[in-house]
Amino acid sequence: MTTFPERLKQAYETQPDFTILTLLHAGQEDLSLTYRDLIEGSVGYASTYASLGIQPGEVVILILEHGRDLVFAFWGAILHGAIPAIMPFLTEKLLPERYRADLAALVAVTQPAAIVTYPEFEVEIRPALKPDDSVRHVILSTLVDAPHKPDFASLGGFNRHANQTVLLQHSSGTTGLQKGVALSHQAVFNQLGNLRKALQQTENDVLVSWLPLYHDMGLIAGFLLPILSGIHLVLMSPFDWVRAPYRLLQAVSKYRGTLTWLPNFAYYFCAQKIRDRQLEGVDLSSWRAVINCSEPVRDDGQHAFAEKFAPYGFHKEALSVSYAMAENVFAVTQTPMGAPLILDEIDREALQTQNLAIPAIDGKASVRMVSCGPAIPNVELRIVNPENETLPDRSIGEVAVRSNCMLNEYYHRPDATEKLMIPGGWYLTGDFGYLVAGELYITGRKKDLIIVGGKNIYPQDLEILAMEVEGVHPGRVSAFGVFDESKGTEDVVIVAEVESEDSAEREKIEENIRAVITRGSAVALRNVYLVGPGWMVKTSSGKNARLANRDKYLKESGDSATI
Amino acid sequence: MSQEIIAHLANRIVTEILKQPKKTIAPTDKLISSGLIDSFSLVDLSLMVEDDYGVHIDDTELNADTFDTLEQLASLIEARQ
Repeated sequence: MTTFPERLKQAYETQPDFTILTLLHAGQEDLSLTYRDLIEGSVGYASTYASLGIQPGEVVILILEHGRDLVFAFWGAILHGAIPAIMPFLTEKLLPERYRADLAALVAVTQPAAIVTYPEFEVEIRPALKPDDSVRHVILSTLVDAPHKPDFASLGGFNRHANQTVLLQHSSGTTGLQKGVALSHQAVFNQLGNLRKALQQTENDVLVSWLPLYHDMGLIAGFLLPILSGIHLVLMSPFDWVRAPYRLLQAVSKYRGTLTWLPNFAYYFCAQKIRDRQLEGVDLSSWRAVINCSEPVRDDGQHAFAEKFAPYGFHKEALSVSYAMAENVFAVTQTPMGAPLILDEIDREALQTQNLAIPAIDGKASVRMVSCGPAIPNVELRIVNPENETLPDRSIGEVAVRSNCMLNEYYHRPDATEKLMIPGGWYLTGDFGYLVAGELYITGRKKDLIIVGGKNIYPQDLEILAMEVEGVHPGRVSAFGVFDESKGTEDVVIVAEVESEDSAEREKIEENIRAVITRGSAVALRNVYLVGPGWMVKTSSGKNARLANRDKYLKESGDSATI
Repeated sequence: MSQEIIAHLANRIVTEILKQPKKTIAPTDKLISSGLIDSFSLVDLSLMVEDDYGVHIDDTELNADTFDTLEQLASLIEARQ
């Protein structure tokens, strides 16, 4: 049993000069940090937290962009024994008022003692705070103690126990921010130990990532894993990657990267938007696993990726898949290293009408599934029916997980925590799938959650925004995701009921819905579909039947998307 | 010339990026700071400019400080041609 601070102390004492992290910024020199640099910089933050009276066990919210401050503020909180939670930074698109509403929601549930941000950003967040809320300090990154040598005995983090909560992980939006996954030191170490075996990880691995740290895949796989396991992390900004995806491949080439995690859409994005002239001299032969995770997996994007980059030394055996969730710290399954992807062509009709994944029949419509691999060590999988009874292979049901690395709780949410487990310590994931000889295939979701580019979007957040638009019937809005085959991810559609028949007025309503969604949630809508009274499908209890509305929309709108 | 660039890019943006062919974009409409072109599509815009005009816009320039409207983008293209 150990803790994050103990692990950092060990690294500081045994390999202080090891380059653990290289931060990349477009247009700037790469910044490499040894364990000594990382820990001494973080100690500056830890002593600032201590001098301001932040208590170990209290939550600190970090609102910082990719860079050294975010890294130091995070590990500084850990060394002090405080619990860091990273909040996404305000983007150009999002309305500041909307952002503050999300922050206020996060503060109300999480009860943080402090928020860390840049001096120029203080003005954006102050209005979200109230005199009587829990936040005692807004800590400005420029006023933090300089890096200095640690006095480990005096750091609050060394009094924390392995089973106590070490960090919070939230998904995005008003709804996501109100449900923080609280993870213990021990659960994270257990996950990393399990994953190390599945990945056949060695100290010679180099992890290259562009994933944001407020996302579980970015935080766990793209940040904690390398730093706690002692493998070099090359971290670029998601902001830079999305503008120049080729920089990821250049970084892999330059630093001889071996491991990278990507959401499904990123394979398409890289294959479609990188030009050969941007890859001059790039050598991808060191890349041994590029792991597809955090949204539904399609094999065509992965193949396009492999084909596009084969001339640069990319081995297609590096294509890999994982199924993961924050509640299990991270990975549940992982395909074996170096093994080809396993595909399963199944009958479409049996999938849709009988909940069975039977092998495709000649001449009948089929669906190609990609295996997410077997469970990683110390993680068990079951497929269950609504009565929680185990289903046989090729029967579709809800995926249930049991492991040595589950969350402690949903932070300050006993109501949600209480519903977490079913008897026997199993967690119901809300995802549907099936097993074949231990290989997991995911077929869909029980929840109405939309996943856009790996980011979770809660439809109710979008519906509330659209209902603000004048001319939209309150309560008659449905938001859902549809799959765009060319992008390899979901797009969001809003169906809204309006009474007006006037085409100019309808156009204006449509425009206003797009604007309010973009500025209120940073989601760019695929389509706004206006319908008349009586169109909307409701459940028998009068609730929004999003998936039924999605099916109806796809049938009648002529949209080329799929489910 | 500048008018032609504006009309051409406006057309490509509404059809290929926004996928709302009926939409019109004025030369002074804000593209980036308004969120009209989201971050995932900025790379498409730079590739369009490069393919159609042979003008390179570096990824570090893909922000509202470099250009935010079609008018500004057209003058940037003309200046670099």
